Amino acid sequence: MAPTADDTLLRVKGLTKHFTLHGDIYSKLAGEKTQVLKAVDGIDFHIHRGETLGLVGESGCGKSTTARLVTRLIEPTAGEVTLKGENLLGFSRSRMKEARKEVQLVFQDPYSSLNPRKTIMHILSRPMEIHGLVRSWAEKRERVLELLRRVGLGIEHIDRYPHEFSGGQRQRIAIARALSVDPELVIGDEPVSALDVSIQAQILNLFRELQKEFGLTYLFIAHDLSVIRHISDRVAVMYVGKIVETGPAAALFDKPLHPYTKALLAAVPEADPAKPAPRLTLQGEVSTPIDPPPGCRLCGRCPRESAVCAEIAPPLVDVGDGRQVACHNL
Amino acid sequence: MAETVLELDDLTVRFHLRRGDLTAVDGASFSIERGQTFGLVGESGSGKSVTAKAIMRLIPAPPGEIPRGRVLFEGSNILDKSDAEMRALRGRRIAMVFQEPMSALNPVFTVCDQISDALRTNLGLSKKEARERVVELLSLVGIPSPQKRLDSYVHEFSGGMRQRVMLAMALSCNPNFLIADEPTTALDVTIQATILELITGMIERLGMSLLFITHNLGVVAHACDRVGVMYASHIVELGDKREIFARPQHPYTVGLLNSIPRLDGQAKYLTPIAGSVCNMMDPPTGCKFHPRCSHAMDVCRREIPRLKEIAPGHLAACHLHDRGTA
Repeated sequence: MAPTADDTLLRVKGLTKHFTLHGDIYSKLAGEKTQVLKAVDGIDFHIHRGETLGLVGESGCGKSTTARLVTRLIEPTAGEVTLKGENLLGFSRSRMKEARKEVQLVFQDPYSSLNPRKTIMHILSRPMEIHGLVRSWAEKRERVLELLRRVGLGIEHIDRYPHEFSGGQRQRIAIARALSVDPELVIGDEPVSALDVSIQAQILNLFRELQKEFGLTYLFIAHDLSVIRHISDRVAVMYVGKIVETGPAAALFDKPLHPYTKALLAAVPEADPAKPAPRLTLQGEVSTPIDPPPGCRLCGRCPRESAVCAEIAPPLVDVGDGRQVACHNL
Repeated sequence: MAETVLELDDLTVRFHLRRGDLTAVDGASFSIERGQTFGLVGESGSGKSVTAKAIMRLIPAPPGEIPRGRVLFEGSNILDKSDAEMRALRGRRIAMVFQEPMSALNPVFTVCDQISDALRTNLGLSKKEARERVVELLSLVGIPSPQKRLDSYVHEFSGGMRQRVMLAMALSCNPNFLIADEPTTALDVTIQATILELITGMIERLGMSLLFITHNLGVVAHACDRVGVMYASHIVELGDKREIFARPQHPYTVGLLNSIPRLDGQAKYLTPIAGSVCNMMDPPTGCKFHPRCSHAMDVCRREIPRLKEIAPGHLAACHLHDRGTA
C-alpha cells in the first residue's frame, strides 16, 4: 500500500520508546547492568482521515506511551510520526504548538484531568485563547455554550466547578475541551474505562455522533475488547511493546489470527450465559518489557511456538484483506 | 429443597453523615443456598459492597447503623451476635476476598506470616504446622513453586498472583461461605479469566457457597447461578441467571443489558440509560429509577415498588408488573 498523503492523517513508523531504569546506589556499587524497559518497541500504524483506529492491549503493553509519543508529550527513542505528511518530530516549538491544535487528547480519569480550581468556562475557553481562536469575551462565551450544548450539557453548567459534576458529565467536559480548538485527530486514552456501563454507553454514542458531525479521526485506546469492537473501524492489538495484529475490526474479531488476539478474545466474559465461558489459552503470565529476549514476546506462553520464535521477533506482515499479523506460525 | 446458608431479610444500612442521612442499602432481601453462587450486580454506589460488609458486620457504627432487617447465617441472626461470636465466625465460617489485594494484604509481612496468622489464631496450629498448611494452600490456588514463594512479600507478586494469595488466605480456615467483592475488577482480562476459573472451580470442589459482587455483567453471566440487580440501594430484580439474561423484567436491568457493547456484530449506537444515578443524599420519591425510566408513570413517583414474583423464582420491583401491564 502506497501512502497517499491526502488520505492518511497520521502515520507512525518504527516508533520506539525505551526507558532506562537506573537502579539504586547499591545495585550500581554491585556493578549491575542498567536495565532497559522497552515500553514501545518499533511499532508501525497509520490512521486514515475520518476513521477510528482502536488500540487494545493489557496493562503495561505500551498503549498509553504510544498516545504520549504521538502527541510528543514525551520524545521517542527512535521512529517517525507523520501528521498530514509532515514529520512531527522535526517540528519547531511554534510549529508544534500549531500541531497541538490539530491533535487533542481525552484522558481516562476525568477527576484528575480537569483543574478543580477553574470554572467550566475557564477550562473550555483557555485552549481557544492559547491558540488565538477567539477575539472577544462574548465570542468566547458563545463558543463555550455551543460546546456545552454539543456534548449534552446545559447553559447552567458554565460557571460551575468540576467537583459539581458526575464522572460522565466530567468526561463530557473533557471531550468539549478537546473539541474547543477544532482538532482533526482526537486521541482517547481509555476515555470510558472509569465510567459505569450505563454512562459508558452514553459517552461512546457521543464519540460517534461527534465524529460524524465534525469528521473527526480517532485513535481510541482501551483495554475493553467489546468497547474497541464497538467504536473502531480498524484495530491494532498490542502485546508488550509490539503490535501483534492489525486489521478491520469486524474481520479481526470474527477471525483472529494471532495467538495472542485469540487468547484475548477467549478470555472475555460475554454478558450472555449461552456463550462459552471465558478461559485462558496461554500459559503463565504477561511477559516483562524489561530487557526482553530477542524473539517473539509471546515466547513461553504460546500454544503454537516453534524453534524460530525464541530467535527472531516476527515482523508484522500483510496477510491480505487489509490485515497484518506478526507471527511465524500462521 | 436445598438448604439455605444465608438469608437477608429486609436488611437496611444507613449512614449518619455531617451533610445528612444516607441510606446505602434499603430493604434488601435474598437468600443463598448451599453450593450456590449468588451474583450481586450493580453500578458504583448502588450498595453492593455495603451489603457485603453488613453481612461480615464490618459497618463502622457510628456513622453506620442497621435500623432494620436480619442477616441469617445458617439460621441465626448475625446482627445479634457478640463481637467474640463474630470473631469465631469470620474467617472460619465466612471469609471475604477484596478487590484490591495490594491494600487488603499487609505489605510488611511475608505471605506465610499473614496466612499462618489466621491459621494459628483460628485453628490453633503450631508454627510448623501452619507453614505446611500455607504451602498446601498456595499450591491449591495455583501459585507455582509455593515453597519458594512462601517468604516473599506481597509487592513481589503480580496482580493475579496477589489475588491468588488473597484467595488462599480466605480459604485457609475452610469456610463454607465466601464473599468475593469485585475480585477480578483490577485485573487484566486474561488474568481475570484464570481467577474466575479458579474461584468457580474451588467453590464446586469444596462445596462452598459464594456471594459474588461485581459490576461486570459478563462475569455474572459465567460465574453465578442466581443474580440480584441493585440500583440506588434497592434490589430491583432477582432471579436465576438464565432468566435474568433472557427475560429481564426491570427497566434498569434491560437498560444495563442494552448498554453493553457486544463482541459480535455491531450496533452503530448503543441504547444507554438516560441521565445519571440519583444523588443518594437526596433521592427521588417513589421508585429511585423513575427519573431515568422511559416507562415512568404517576405511581412510580409516589410509591416505592416492592419485589414481586413474575415467574417462579424471578422477582422484579417495578410498578409495570402491578396488574400484569408489562
